[in-house]
Amino acid sequence: MQPLTSRSKAVERKPMTMWEKMYLPAIAKGMSITFGHMFKKKPTVNYPEKTRPFSPVFRGLHVLNRDEQGRERCTACGLCAVACPAEAITMEAAERLPGEENQYREEKYAAKYEINMLRCIFCGLCEEACPKDAIYLSETFAPANYTRKGFIYGKEELLIPNPVTQPEEYAKAKGL
Amino acid sequence: MHLTLLSIDWLLLIEKCVLILIIISVSLVIAMYETWAERKVAAFMQDRRGPNRAGFGGLLQPMADGLKLFMKEEIIPTSSSKFLFVLGPGMAMLTAMMTSAVIPWSSHFHLFGRDVSMQIADVNIGILYIFGVVSMGVYGIMIGGWASNNKFSLLAAIRGASQIISYELAMGLAIIALLMITGTLSLGKMVEQQQEHGLYNFVVQPLGFLIFLVCAFAECNRTPFDLSEAENELNFGYHQEYSSMKLGFYLFAEYINMFISSALMASLYFGGFDIPFVNDAAFGAHFGQNPLAILQVVSLFGKIVLFIFFFMWVRWTIPRFRYDQLMNLGWKVLIPLALFNMLATGFIVLLKAHGWHF
Ligand code: SF4
Ligand code: SF4
Repeated sequence: MQPLTSRSKAVERKPMTMWEKMYLPAIAKGMSITFGHMFKKKPTVNYPEKTRPFSPVFRGLHVLNRDEQGRERCTACGLCAVACPAEAITMEAAERLPGEENQYREEKYAAKYEINMLRCIFCGLCEEACPKDAIYLSETFAPANYTRKGFIYGKEELLIPNPVTQPEEYAKAKGL
Repeated sequence: MHLTLLSIDWLLLIEKCVLILIIISVSLVIAMYETWAERKVAAFMQDRRGPNRAGFGGLLQPMADGLKLFMKEEIIPTSSSKFLFVLGPGMAMLTAMMTSAVIPWSSHFHLFGRDVSMQIADVNIGILYIFGVVSMGVYGIMIGGWASNNKFSLLAAIRGASQIISYELAMGLAIIALLMITGTLSLGKMVEQQQEHGLYNFVVQPLGFLIFLVCAFAECNRTPFDLSEAENELNFGYHQEYSSMKLGFYLFAEYINMFISSALMASLYFGGFDIPFVNDAAFGAHFGQNPLAILQVVSLFGKIVLFIFFFMWVRWTIPRFRYDQLMNLGWKVLIPLALFNMLATGFIVLLKAHGWHF
């Protein structure tokens, strides 16, 4: 048969030579290789203490953004939910009442905003669809929970801390 | 009656008991840390880091593992033979420990006006004793595998038994050549001789040492001869049905065996507690007996650690032999080689006895 790749190699079934039958030279060679590996640099990243550097387009868990005055940007237009191929996003809209202008940027806001992290495939389409720059995918990527319910992230989990009232937490969330 | 009781040297008894206690605890601790070292060596040879969470550098890992083993539920299969099932691991542990009795750990300490020998029993048939006890080690495997009432365990046990018996022959023959040169069966005397000549036995008996080394690997059931634990063929081998600390005993026994056979190889072929490049007698006369004895212990343990490292190094390099290869190697290669070595040694010893000089 014609070889399918250029790397195919016929299996040798020659009987072993005396030198090979002695095993010891081959063993010594193998042992020198393993010994050499003892001093090689280890590629392991000590995970919880250190993380691998991510590329800027890394897609991790979502955050709901606020503007500079600490107002929620999301206007509950539902474009992200429509864009989502996994149908992971649900929301309920509500109208902004007078006096809530410092909380919500637009007249309509998301009273409830949930992402089911077990459905989400972290494609980032919601981020692309959003006309208000309200949703972003962050670099956090290891959600862990005891129940399935815990993976349905609501606004408490998603919203970024308020830059006006909680500047330190905000800076931390931004990774500054 | 009274007189015979009184004539026992009570101090000697106490001294030996303390020594036994020390040696057993030391072997246990060493076995514990061998498990740690094994993982570290394996990790480093495979470009990994190995255990590094429990304590500094993972040093508390063996404790955590021991604790885990103790906490695990102990399962005795209903179809097993209960008495033998419990006896198996105990047997493995016992035989592993007993060998340490004749190994000279150091010359002697001078304590409380007495010369305290660092050998539990300086019997003049030390080597024979070791061979006797080591062959008993196979019972641990055999009983365990048999009592589990599991086909895989039984197969593994039979494999282990036939392997140990085959390799014991070659090992014995290798030792006979050594005995011809030293002319004594006592380990203590052998070490003393090497100390006096300043020439270690492996220089005189390189082939014998090699054969002994290979057989020691086989006796300890270590890779490349760990056929009784071949997990890809036998699930887990002879201790498949074991759980909790009984399993721990089997695993521990393997590590103690490794420690003891390292000590044995160091004593037989590498001068035992002799400090390399130092004239021990002169050192002792200059600095006193006790510092000398301590240094000798250190030197012996250094040699042991090197051997243990070698064991691990081999384990993480060489793949397992196939069973027919194992038997071929044992019967068709090692035994003829050992016989040849024995004859050649005998020939040279005879020539020397008749006044030939080389
Ligand atoms: S990242 Fe993709 S799958 Fe996840 S919520 Fe956004 S659009 Fe849906
Ligand atoms: S996150 Fe963006 S796309 Fe989704 S509802 Fe809010 S504003 Fe619309």
